[in-house]
Amino acid sequence: MSKFHITTTVNGEAVEYLCDPKQTLLDVLRDELNLTGSKEGCSSGDCGACSVTLDGRLVCSCLVLGVEMQGRSVETIENMAQGEKLHPLQQKFLEAAALQCGFCTPGFLVAAKALLEKNPNPTESEARYWLAGNLCRCTGYDKIIRAVLETAADMRGSK
Amino acid sequence: MAGYEDKSFKWIGTRPVRPDGVDKVTGRANYGADMKLPGQLTGRILRSPHAHAKILSIDTSKAEKLPGVKAVITGKDFPEMHNGVLPGDEGVNFHYLSCNIMARNKVLYDGHAVAAVAAASAAIAEEALALIEVKYEVLPHVIDVDLALKPGAPLLHDDIFTTGVTPKPEKPSNTVQRIQMQLGDPDAAFKDADVVVERSFKTKAVHQGYIEPHAVVAEWSEDGQCRIWCSSQGHFMVRTLTARLLQMEVAQVRVIPAEIGGGFGGKTIIFIEPTAVLLARKAKRPVRIVMSRDEVFRGTGPAPGTSIDVKIGAKKDGMLVAATGEFRYQAGAFPGSPVGAACMAAFGPYALSHVRVVGYEAVTNRPLCYSYRAPGAPLSSFAVESVMDEIAQKLNLDPMDLRIKNGSKEGTQMVYGPKLKAVGNLECLKAIQNHPINKIPLGPNQGRGLAAGFWFNLGGQSSAVVNIAEDGTANIMTGSPDIGGSRASMALMAAEVLGIDYSKVRPIVGDTSAVGFCEITHGSRVTFATGMAIIQAAEDVVLQCRQRVAKMWEVDVEAVKWEDGHARPAGANAGDQKPLSLAQIAAKAARTGGPLVGSAAINAGGPGPAFGVHICDVEVDPETGHVTVLRYVAAQDAGKAIHPSYVEGQIQGGVAQGVGWALNEEYIYGEDGRLQNSGFLDYRIPVASDLPMIDAIILEVPNPGHPFGVRGVGEVPIVPPLGAIANAVARATGARMTDLPLTPPKIRAAIDAKK
Repeated sequence: MSKFHITTTVNGEAVEYLCDPKQTLLDVLRDELNLTGSKEGCSSGDCGACSVTLDGRLVCSCLVLGVEMQGRSVETIENMAQGEKLHPLQQKFLEAAALQCGFCTPGFLVAAKALLEKNPNPTESEARYWLAGNLCRCTGYDKIIRAVLETAADMRGSK
Repeated sequence: MAGYEDKSFKWIGTRPVRPDGVDKVTGRANYGADMKLPGQLTGRILRSPHAHAKILSIDTSKAEKLPGVKAVITGKDFPEMHNGVLPGDEGVNFHYLSCNIMARNKVLYDGHAVAAVAAASAAIAEEALALIEVKYEVLPHVIDVDLALKPGAPLLHDDIFTTGVTPKPEKPSNTVQRIQMQLGDPDAAFKDADVVVERSFKTKAVHQGYIEPHAVVAEWSEDGQCRIWCSSQGHFMVRTLTARLLQMEVAQVRVIPAEIGGGFGGKTIIFIEPTAVLLARKAKRPVRIVMSRDEVFRGTGPAPGTSIDVKIGAKKDGMLVAATGEFRYQAGAFPGSPVGAACMAAFGPYALSHVRVVGYEAVTNRPLCYSYRAPGAPLSSFAVESVMDEIAQKLNLDPMDLRIKNGSKEGTQMVYGPKLKAVGNLECLKAIQNHPINKIPLGPNQGRGLAAGFWFNLGGQSSAVVNIAEDGTANIMTGSPDIGGSRASMALMAAEVLGIDYSKVRPIVGDTSAVGFCEITHGSRVTFATGMAIIQAAEDVVLQCRQRVAKMWEVDVEAVKWEDGHARPAGANAGDQKPLSLAQIAAKAARTGGPLVGSAAINAGGPGPAFGVHICDVEVDPETGHVTVLRYVAAQDAGKAIHPSYVEGQIQGGVAQGVGWALNEEYIYGEDGRLQNSGFLDYRIPVASDLPMIDAIILEVPNPGHPFGVRGVGEVPIVPPLGAIANAVARATGARMTDLPLTPPKIRAAIDAKK
C-alpha cells in the first residue's frame, strides 16, 4: 500500500510524515511522531483519552485520519506546559489530586483547556457535560470537576 | 507494633503533590503501549467468533507467506502444562491458564485466542489474521450460571468434578465447587423471628473498565533470556506466570513495569505476555501487542454475574435472629470465580449468631471471570443490603437504626472464622447517621438508600529499599506498581521515619531484577504491606545512622536517638554532642562504613478489615425510568489516611464504579453466545454528567496490625453502592427490584407492574 506524504503543523512546528490511508491521527502522533501523550483507550471516539485540538477544535484524534491533516494544525498535551511552567490546569490537577492512574489525564486536560477557552466561567453542570466525552474509571470525576472549576476561577481572577 | 499511634505526624496525613504527578499531567509518563524498541513488530491475536466449539484444524500457511509476516503461533507452540494444582503452584492451574491464553482443542468463549501473528505493521498483521483458516465444529453453549449448574447443561470441561460435595461426583459437570460456612443453627433460629424476608437476586457480568487496554512489549535474546515491558498490577506476577508457562527459569525473565492505566483487579493475571514472548522468540525481533477495546471486553477477566438467594429473620425490635445466603457465581470458561470471598463478606457488617452461607461456582462460555475490586463482595452485599432494607420497611424501623443495632464490632465472631479486632463499622454508621444529608427533604419520585459494606483487605509479601545519597536525599524503591498514588504514600512514610522533607524522597517502582519480590497490587495491600516494608527499610537506615554516630561519639548506640531527621544524644550520658543531620551523616558515610542502604523484605500480617457505609438520594423519572443520582455520601474507616486526597479518590472512584454496576453496566450476550456490547458506546460506564459530587468521609480507627494504624482503602468503597442505589430506587418507586442493572426499561416495567 503506497503511503501519503503529509505536511502539517503539530504543536506550532511544521511536520512532515508518511502515512498509510488507514492510519488515524492518533496512530500518526504516537507511532510516526513519537508523541505518546495522547492515549488510545477505545479507538472509537468514546473515551476521549486521545483528545487533541485540530485547528482549535476539540476532537478525538482516533476519529481523524492521518491523511486528513494536510495543511492543518494540531495541538497535543505535549504542548500544554509552556517551557518549565505548567498550564494552570496541569498545576491544579496535581494539587487537587485530580488523577489516579493518570491514563485519561492528558485527554481531560486537553478537553478542559478547550472548555475554558470557550467558556471561562462554566457551571458545574456545563463542565460535567463538556467533559462527558472523557472517561475516567478511577476518580469518580469529583476531583477532576473541582480542579477544572477552581482553575477557571483562578484564571478569571488573574486576568 | 512499635507505637507511632500517639505521635503527631509531620508528613503523614498531609496532601502533597504526588512524585510522579508532573509526568502524568504532561503526557510524559510511559504506559504499556508507549514502549518502542528498535526493530519492533506488531503482534495481533486471532480470536474465536464462537462461544463453544471444537477446533478441527488451523491452517496458518497463507498467513505465513504474506510479505511482512515474521511469525505465526497457535496453541501448538505453547508447552503443555500439568492439569491440576501442585504444591508450589500457589493455587494456579497452569494448564487452564495456558489454555485461556491460547486455545488448544476447544474454544470456550467468544473472544478466546486461537492464533497470533507478528508482522512489520499493524495493517499487515490484520491482513495475516484474515488469512488464518480455522475450522470449527460448533458446540452447544451455556452463558447463564443457573443453567450452567443444571444437570444436562452443555459441558465445558470433562475434568471438572465438583468439590465440596459428598459423595464425590463420578461424572464431570460445570459445577466447580460447593462451599459452606455456618455459625449456630440458622434453621432453628428462624422460628424465633417475628419477620422473615427471603428474596432472590440476579446480577450481570461487568467489566473493570480500566481505560488503558492491556499492552506488552517482549524481547527475546539468543542466550534464552527475555525482557518484558508491560502494564500490570504486579510485574513479579507476570514474571512468575510467564516463566512457568514457557518453562523458563524465573530469573531469566525480566519484567519492567510500565505505568498502569487502571486495573481494579483486572490486571492481576496475564493474558498476552507469553504470546508476545513466543512471537518475539520466533520472529527474532521485539514484539508489541496492544489489545483493542473489543479484545479487552471479549478476552480479559470481567467480574461474574450471579444468582443469589438471601433470607434474614428479625425480632419486632429489629434484632436479627438468623440469616442464610446461597450465592451462585459464574466462573468464566475456567474456574476462578470469587464466590468464596463473596460468601465470607456477605454478612460482614452484621453480628449474627446464626448464619449460613453456601456458595456455588459454575464454568460458563464466557471470558475468564477474574478479580474486580473487593471480588465477589459487591454482589453478595447488594442482596443482603436489599433484604435488610426490606426488613426495616416491614418492621417500620429506620434502616440506620436497624444497622447500628446489629452492627459488627470488635469481638464479633465472623462466619469465616476469626473474631474482629478494632474496626470502624459503627463509627461509619454513626458518621452517616449524623450527616446533614438526612435533613434534606425528599421530593416526589425521590428516594434515599443506605447500605453498609465490609472487606477483608490483604497483607502479604513486599520488599523495599531505601538508598541515602551523599547529600542526605533518599531514593526509595519497591516492586509494587503505583495504580493510584502509592508512590506518594511511600514517600510520605519514608519522610516521616527518616525525618527529612517529603521533597527529598524520590520513590520509584523497580523492575523484577532490581528489587525484591512484591506480591501484586491487589487486596488494598500496597499502602499497608509495601508501606510497612518502606517503614522498616527507613528504620533500618535510621539504625545504621545511629550506629555510625555512636562510633563517632564513642558511645553505645542506645545513647544516640533519632529525632526530627537528626541523631541527638539520648541523654546526659552521651555527652554534649551537637545533633547531626541525615545529610551530615551521609556526607561522612564513606569513612564510617560505606553507603547507607536500608532494606526490608516482609510478609505483612494483620491487614485489618475495612468497613464503609454509603447513603444516596436518587430521583426516578416515572416516564422514562431513568435514575438520577442527586447526592452521594460515603464514610469509610481508613485506619490512618497517609495521603487523604488519594484515600478520598479511592472512595469516590469505587462509588462511581458501583453506581455504574447498579444502573448501567452489563455484558449482553446474543442467543449465539456472542458478546453484543464490546465497546464503550454500548457498554456504558458512568461519565461526568451522570454523577454528582461524592462526599467522602474518612474515619480513622487505627488498625492494631500496622505501625501507623493503616488499613487498606481501595476495595471496600465498591461494596455498598449497589445496595445503596437499589434501596434508594426501591424507596423512590415503591417497587423493589432484584435484577441488576436497574435499567430504565426494567424500572418502567416495575413501576407499571405496581399500578
